Amino acid sequence: MSDFQQQALQLAAQQQSPSWLANLRNQAANDWKNIVWPTRKTEHWKYTSLTSLQKNLPEQWASANAGWKNEIDFIALDAIRLVFVNGVFDAQSSSELPPEVVLFSQANAQQQAVIEQHLGSVVEGKQHIFATLNNAWLNEGVLVHVPRNQHLTRPVYLVQLTTASEKSLSVNQRLLVVLEDSAQAEIIEHFVSTNTPQNAFVNAVTEIIVGDNAQLQHYRLNLEEENLQHIGGVHANLMRNARWRGFTLAMGSKLKRIDYQLNHRGQGAELDLQGVYLPRNNQMVDYHTNVQHWVPHCTSSEVFRGIIADSAQAIFNGRIYIHKDAQKTLAELSNKNLLTSNKAEVNTKPELEIYADDVKCAHGATVSQLNATALYYLQSRGVSRAEAEVMMSFGFINELLQQIPEAAVHDYLLPRLALLFGRDQTLLEMAE
Amino acid sequence: MLRIENLFAKVEEKEILKGLNLTVKPGEIHAIMGPNGAGKSTLGNVLSGREGYQVTNGIVEFNGKNLFELEIEERAREGLFLAFQYPVEIPGVSNMEFLKASVDAKRKHHGQPELSAVEFMKLARETSKRVSLDAAFLKRGVNEGFSGGEKKRNEIMQMMLLEPSLCILDETDSGLDIDALQVVANGVNEMRSPDRSFIVVTHYQRLLDYIVPDYVHVLANGRIVKTGGKELALELEEKGYAWLEEEAV
Repeated sequence: MSDFQQQALQLAAQQQSPSWLANLRNQAANDWKNIVWPTRKTEHWKYTSLTSLQKNLPEQWASANAGWKNEIDFIALDAIRLVFVNGVFDAQSSSELPPEVVLFSQANAQQQAVIEQHLGSVVEGKQHIFATLNNAWLNEGVLVHVPRNQHLTRPVYLVQLTTASEKSLSVNQRLLVVLEDSAQAEIIEHFVSTNTPQNAFVNAVTEIIVGDNAQLQHYRLNLEEENLQHIGGVHANLMRNARWRGFTLAMGSKLKRIDYQLNHRGQGAELDLQGVYLPRNNQMVDYHTNVQHWVPHCTSSEVFRGIIADSAQAIFNGRIYIHKDAQKTLAELSNKNLLTSNKAEVNTKPELEIYADDVKCAHGATVSQLNATALYYLQSRGVSRAEAEVMMSFGFINELLQQIPEAAVHDYLLPRLALLFGRDQTLLEMAE
Repeated sequence: MLRIENLFAKVEEKEILKGLNLTVKPGEIHAIMGPNGAGKSTLGNVLSGREGYQVTNGIVEFNGKNLFELEIEERAREGLFLAFQYPVEIPGVSNMEFLKASVDAKRKHHGQPELSAVEFMKLARETSKRVSLDAAFLKRGVNEGFSGGEKKRNEIMQMMLLEPSLCILDETDSGLDIDALQVVANGVNEMRSPDRSFIVVTHYQRLLDYIVPDYVHVLANGRIVKTGGKELALELEEKGYAWLEEEAV
């Protein structure tokens, strides 16, 4: 076993956890002992080194910390808000929870049954070893359970905040969303850290079941500062005629790996996922998406764009797997990258595996330069070359930001990203 | 205003301009006509400083300065404006932000303060009215999803905002219906002044019914081969260019 594996098991043993989760935990701890620790030769981790994780072994579980309140801006949204500070629920900063939203530790018998039925049913632990670890570390989580035909009128807004600490911390996050048939919900996962040196490892796993005719809008925003290490994933099953509209954004950090594993399990399901990643300095971001078409008549559309600056590194691996029964599939994947420095690096790989014969698929990955004609056009109007480059870089991701359906998320991100690119915010807001 | 002397220029090793001479004085309108491939667009691109065009010989003086010593953006700030034949679509970059950046760049260059967002909005709205462009276009990406006519009107709007001293219109009439052509021509005529000059590059005489030139030049085989008054355009419309090309050889 690697040092990290051993340390992780010790941390698991230190935890207090509800007894009804014991089976899942114990099973996962056993599996964790037997995993093969990834190296650069492991296909799924080819470009993503876990060395920094080995070098910064998490020494303890994080505890709550109150010294953050003026440092974090929430998304301005009338929402069911849940705030976790270093993995610990902060009731004071959170909304009163409606019956559809509950912490694992406070789940009643009926809710426990829902959790036991679904938790771990979507994620494939063998491939996602850190999801196995998340199971082994499980002591708290959030269940969003929307019964048949019900619509959550307010979005569920989860804020996962990490603050500074002297010793390196470990934080385990878990979200389970169950939308029964024809239910509707909007979920925003917002990961953030204070702007102080962190030494934390966050493991965050989300499992989602979108039932027949159910609709979900889902956001995952990884806006943590650069010292933080984050490995996590979103794993979902889409049932018959389910609709998924997703957006994800990641700023870089020392180690940031996000997996999207989306399964079309019922005919007629549709998913639309857009993503933006912006690593800079020495940061990295790794997105692995895997869309599995198991059944016929489903559509999937994925668009990811990244701007990689300075000496940063990005990895994008976009897999579409069309099983032999999945006729009449429509699947698209596009990944475009912009390198703004000679030292920036991107490894992008679209993977298409098709075992059905009547499908329509398109995929493409590019490493782009800024369009020379467009640069010339801007310059010919007096805009300096440098400013034209910045305007166009921002435009490259702004094209995706403009399509965010939740206005509050858009309005939160736009000025922050504009600032990152040195754009005039007032004018952008007026221009919107 | 502009003095071009014996200008030679290459694109990808192919010589396009071969000893072009042209002098434009303040307040004048010069039309440049000529067959396809004569070098009409090359002239606009060379003057604005586009990459890929290599000047091998000649002098271009713009308002007393050596034009070739100026970067693309410096030429623009000094008052040179090229209205593109094919204005570029730049999705994600808001038209408004782009226009403000260019106006501010010019103002700064001339020692004036930048406009506030509110001041600029007011100016932009007024100007868009002058070219019959709905103010909603300001909010879109630069030329994103604009029709051919809307793109050209956006060009004229930029010209009005930047108030250049020399405007080069590169086949601005191509692809325009009569209504859009009139809007463009009215815009140009409104901008006419004793200290502003225009070079109107066009294939067709039609535009010159609306923008009446002081001089008409025929560009063939990389040189000006004939110069006349506005009546020359009518003669060309009737006789074509072939007779002049023969003379030019």
